[in-house]
Amino acid sequence: MATASAVSTLPEILGRYEPVIGLEVHAQLLTDSKMFCACSAAYIGSPPNSNTCPVCLGLPGVLPVINRRAVEYTVRTALALHCEIPEHSKFDRKNYFYPDLPKGYQISQWDMPMSRDGHLDLVAGGAAVRCGITRVHLEEDTGTLQHAGDILQQARSSVVDLNRAGVPLMEIVGEPDLRSPEQAREYLVRLRQILVYIGVNDGNLEQGSFRCDANISLRRRGGDALGTKVEIKNMNSFRAVQRALEFEIVRQGRLLDRGETIEQETRGWVEAKGATISQRSKEHAHDYRYFPEPDLPPLHLTSDLVERVRAGLPELPHQLQERLQREHGLSAYDAAVITAEREDATTFEALVAAGAPAKAAANWLMGDVARLARESGTSLGRSGLGVAGLAALIRLVEAGTVNGPTAKALLEELYASGGDPAALVGERGLAQVSDTAELERIVETVIAENPAAVADFRGGKEQALQRLVGGVMKATRGRADARAVNRLLRDRLAR
Amino acid sequence: MTPASVTELGVRLRRGETTPAALAAAARRDLEAVAGLNAVLRFTDSLAERQAERAARMLAQRPEEAGPLCGVPFAYKDVLCVEGVETTAGSRILQGFVPPYTGTALQRLLDAGAVPVAVTNCDEFAMGSSNENSAHGPVGNPWDPGRVPGGSSGGSAAVVAAGAVPFSLGTDTGGSIRQPASLCGVTGFKPTYGRVSRYGLIAFASSLDQIGPLSRSVEDAALVYDAVAGHDPRDSTSSPAPVEPAGPTLRAGIAGMRLGIPREYMAEGLEPGVRAAVEAAFGELERLGASLAEISLPSTEAALSTYYIIAPAECSANLSRMDGVRFGLHVDRPSLTDTYLQTRGQGFGAEVKRRVMLGTHALSSGYYDAYYRKAQKVRTLIAQEFDRAFETVDAIVSPTSPSVAFPRGSRSDPLSMYLCDVLTLPVNLAGLPGISVPCGPSVTPGGAASGDGLPVGLQVIGPRGGDAMVLRVAHAYQAATRWHELSPPLPGTR
Repeated sequence: MATASAVSTLPEILGRYEPVIGLEVHAQLLTDSKMFCACSAAYIGSPPNSNTCPVCLGLPGVLPVINRRAVEYTVRTALALHCEIPEHSKFDRKNYFYPDLPKGYQISQWDMPMSRDGHLDLVAGGAAVRCGITRVHLEEDTGTLQHAGDILQQARSSVVDLNRAGVPLMEIVGEPDLRSPEQAREYLVRLRQILVYIGVNDGNLEQGSFRCDANISLRRRGGDALGTKVEIKNMNSFRAVQRALEFEIVRQGRLLDRGETIEQETRGWVEAKGATISQRSKEHAHDYRYFPEPDLPPLHLTSDLVERVRAGLPELPHQLQERLQREHGLSAYDAAVITAEREDATTFEALVAAGAPAKAAANWLMGDVARLARESGTSLGRSGLGVAGLAALIRLVEAGTVNGPTAKALLEELYASGGDPAALVGERGLAQVSDTAELERIVETVIAENPAAVADFRGGKEQALQRLVGGVMKATRGRADARAVNRLLRDRLAR
Repeated sequence: MTPASVTELGVRLRRGETTPAALAAAARRDLEAVAGLNAVLRFTDSLAERQAERAARMLAQRPEEAGPLCGVPFAYKDVLCVEGVETTAGSRILQGFVPPYTGTALQRLLDAGAVPVAVTNCDEFAMGSSNENSAHGPVGNPWDPGRVPGGSSGGSAAVVAAGAVPFSLGTDTGGSIRQPASLCGVTGFKPTYGRVSRYGLIAFASSLDQIGPLSRSVEDAALVYDAVAGHDPRDSTSSPAPVEPAGPTLRAGIAGMRLGIPREYMAEGLEPGVRAAVEAAFGELERLGASLAEISLPSTEAALSTYYIIAPAECSANLSRMDGVRFGLHVDRPSLTDTYLQTRGQGFGAEVKRRVMLGTHALSSGYYDAYYRKAQKVRTLIAQEFDRAFETVDAIVSPTSPSVAFPRGSRSDPLSMYLCDVLTLPVNLAGLPGISVPCGPSVTPGGAASGDGLPVGLQVIGPRGGDAMVLRVAHAYQAATRWHELSPPLPGTR
């Protein structure tokens, strides 16, 4: 048994154990300035250590001043996640030494965070899941280090860049309510979507403005004793989170099957190896010696402020999704896809406002437009076509002026080089041929030129009709209305 | 001859009898003459020159707008940052640190036209009561160079006592302005916590630190206070309340005022000569029309241990930035941990290490509740006790220090050193304003003692925000006495 279980697969292990997963997300806030000084919070691209001042460099004698906008953004987030906002909260110092932490402590929040007890609803594997939100609090980001080798302690030399130090950072701690890597992934997708919607975070995992740590333990199915939890760090994509959790389930499951114990530790996900490796054991865990930040007065968030922020909350993804279904008759699936990114939903609404039928607008956005945006790396809004151009193109299709294939070809061209769809159609004579008299004349010619196909069709070969349709399309340079051609051919051959 | 006051210098400057540059040069000469005290760490010559020129322009162009400090030389403690001037907090670990910015209090003095001439010695990171903890060596007391000037603002007190500058800036976390003022026979004022911006003050204990003046009179202290006090958006703990200027009420007298003498502050442990001088001062205050009554502050006993948890806890974090990475001493070692250990091991002195360790322990997991949390509760009790006392008295009067200046090296036991501040540190814990003014030499009744003839300080404590009132009481006392005009003989140093 021991031998067999050592090589148990993920599904086998999931059959015996239930994963218990909790996620911690760090999200940089889209404020103009840093958390405690006037330096820009947009640090990417600045020469090393240029986006700094005495305060974020942690020079002796300086003091922090709270960024009010960051507080407001955190309240906004907490409200979007249905959290309670206590009237009184405070900042604390989290003490540890590291070269990317200029003061030797991080100003964070410990026992009186800005918010607590919220939730996030998600759907995974067709099932609705509600994940508790323990707290959303505010802190400051660290600087960044570059060094040779995997860990600083073994590097020959390291360089410190403090451009990022002091950028407002929100920590969103989820309850251990997630039961699968898919749920974990969906939680992150949903959370990121909300943060982007409410305009507090840009949702960029690669550049690290949205970062995730995971806690995971396994418990035997049917049992209620929780296992020892392991913390996983260094995952910078949704896929990495899912893969790291799957790896960890297998690793822990095999250890448990062998009767071994799980060590409480912090492990790092190494993308290249597709594995987690041990970074720090519990014995080496930091004692952060939290205590109230004496340089800052306690935060007093009045109900006036909270209500003002609540009133200013934009439409949340699930609300928008429901509204698109209700107002435009979109399916739940289409509405979910369209609202995944706020920009797409905005585009959709603009298309509809410009006269495009909802279903057609949704199809175009989810299909060819999405593909072109992906391939070209340019969003519709920044493309030559633009939202107004796409609306015009859709209207041409709906009015029967151009047919589908022509419209697709036009889309490709206009997306890249721009132009007015209607004008281009006129210029190139691309208008759909739906003049019945003209089509009938062409149908006669095609029938006359393809006696074999006509014979086959009449002999019962249904697909021979397509050869004739193809002939008509060729003769009209693709401009014919395919359905009309089909009807005309059938009528003519049935005579 | 009594050195000139700020007001007198102002008059001479406006009459054209002297210039800011001449005063700065004279101050520099006088400071060099007492170099043996080791009170000055460095001169700020180029800054002094620029600032003297600026002051001269202000006096020439808009004399009516130039304030009382315009053109007046001063010195400041080595924990206050001024752009372009090395600032070391009396520590080896900050050697070579030149701040790229100027702190708010200093900036306000510069804007008022005052001329900084020197940076004064102090206990390392303001931790000490004798100025023996400085990496730059101890400071001598102008009254007896073999004795300590008190601390941690020992250098700032010594240069004023020596008559070289009319005032200096110090900082007070547990008595670091008032106790050296007392031991050096000068006036030293710690404003209400939050009244003077701490921006630019290298922090020892953030919730206790406060910048204030040392001077030869309350009048001068009030002029400096009025120039530096007020809200600063860079210091979130600075009070947004408007400043009640001290000047207008300074001479209002104390007739009918109720003054309380805490029983616990007159308990055993007071040197007889100190007790005698302070009791005589109480009598003087009564003659001036105040009524004196004994009051009780029972939590006083707990103040010392409370302070020695909160202050080290805060300092353990405040000093973490001294890591050798961005400024100051850097002892290069192959590993990061060794670099930290060696830099901090070699950079900090024994007392700083002791307090960092005390504070680190007090905040450690498993000890936090027993130490830090409990200390915060006691601190609240202490503050409430003061608040209650101020329901029945307008101000509190007491000795500043239980003893006069003691011989260098005579208090090697840390606890005996900590006891120096037992009468001043409760004031910091409660965030109150407090001042020390000279109240005569120590004269031991019924027999001579070695400390006889050395200055004794009278402390006046007011409620939070009662800065002007504290200055008014202290000024009333000085207006009726001459003790603050006494100057040390400066044997062999001048």
